[in-house]
Amino acid sequence: MNELAWWWPLSGGLLIGLSAALYLLLTGRVAGISGIAAQAIGVAGRGGRSVALGFLAGLLGGSLLAIAYIRQPQLMIEAPIPLLVIGGLLVGFGTRLGAGCTSGHGVCGLSRLSRRSLIATCTFMAVAGLVVFLMRHAFSGGAA
Amino acid sequence: MKTVLAALLCGALFGAGLVVSDMINPARVLAFLDVAGAWDPSLALVMGGALLPAGLAWAWTRRLPEAACGGRFPAQPSAAIDLPLIAGAALFGIGWGLVGFCPGPAIAAIVSGSREAWIFAASMFAGIAVHGLTIGRSDRGDG
Repeated sequence: MNELAWWWPLSGGLLIGLSAALYLLLTGRVAGISGIAAQAIGVAGRGGRSVALGFLAGLLGGSLLAIAYIRQPQLMIEAPIPLLVIGGLLVGFGTRLGAGCTSGHGVCGLSRLSRRSLIATCTFMAVAGLVVFLMRHAFSGGAA
Repeated sequence: MKTVLAALLCGALFGAGLVVSDMINPARVLAFLDVAGAWDPSLALVMGGALLPAGLAWAWTRRLPEAACGGRFPAQPSAAIDLPLIAGAALFGIGWGLVGFCPGPAIAAIVSGSREAWIFAASMFAGIAVHGLTIGRSDRGDG
């Protein structure tokens, strides 16, 4: 994986933060993708389906435009298919059970000083870090 | 209608942010989580960059009666730390650590045409649906 100068993640973060800020100020909603995804497929129980679909459509479009005109990411996905399925199911189910993800709890929750979001974020960060450690340094014999 | 257009704009900014930051790339995310290996601090910079405008916006909402398109601002989050929060975060953490995708990047990566991204995203939506149709009858909505 190539080196990435610090202004790329910082700028990307500012864009994400701007997205969350505008979403809140314009629509009064939280830019938590797990919740938006649930609303988009109609299982979030409080409607807002067309707004959620609009957000996701924008997300896809914005990604496409950024790839076309700003930078082309080199996606590297190493997981085999069974892990993709299990990982996906866990991310989908877990973010809904825990009422948020990296954008919902990590960005929106932390930025409004939510204790729930702080606990949730610390939990999923620590658990994810542990899983990566086990997969890369414990079970694989040390090969990164 | 205004709200849908606003969502479209915000979604576009979010998607662009995921590409610009390279958070759309699971390898970059896993490199941040891999604290014992070749550590990549990018995700921390992304979070830092995001918290600034988001924090300012939340502070500003205290002075506004309602959102521009007419929605009320979310209530202050409850302080209750309960089992679903912890269990959900843990399950999410496992899935995230296994592949390196969380919901936003997983959806954005669909546009790359990557077969792996499609499989993960489909499984993720399946997981969301399973929750929504079983346990998740009431929506907490706190993000």
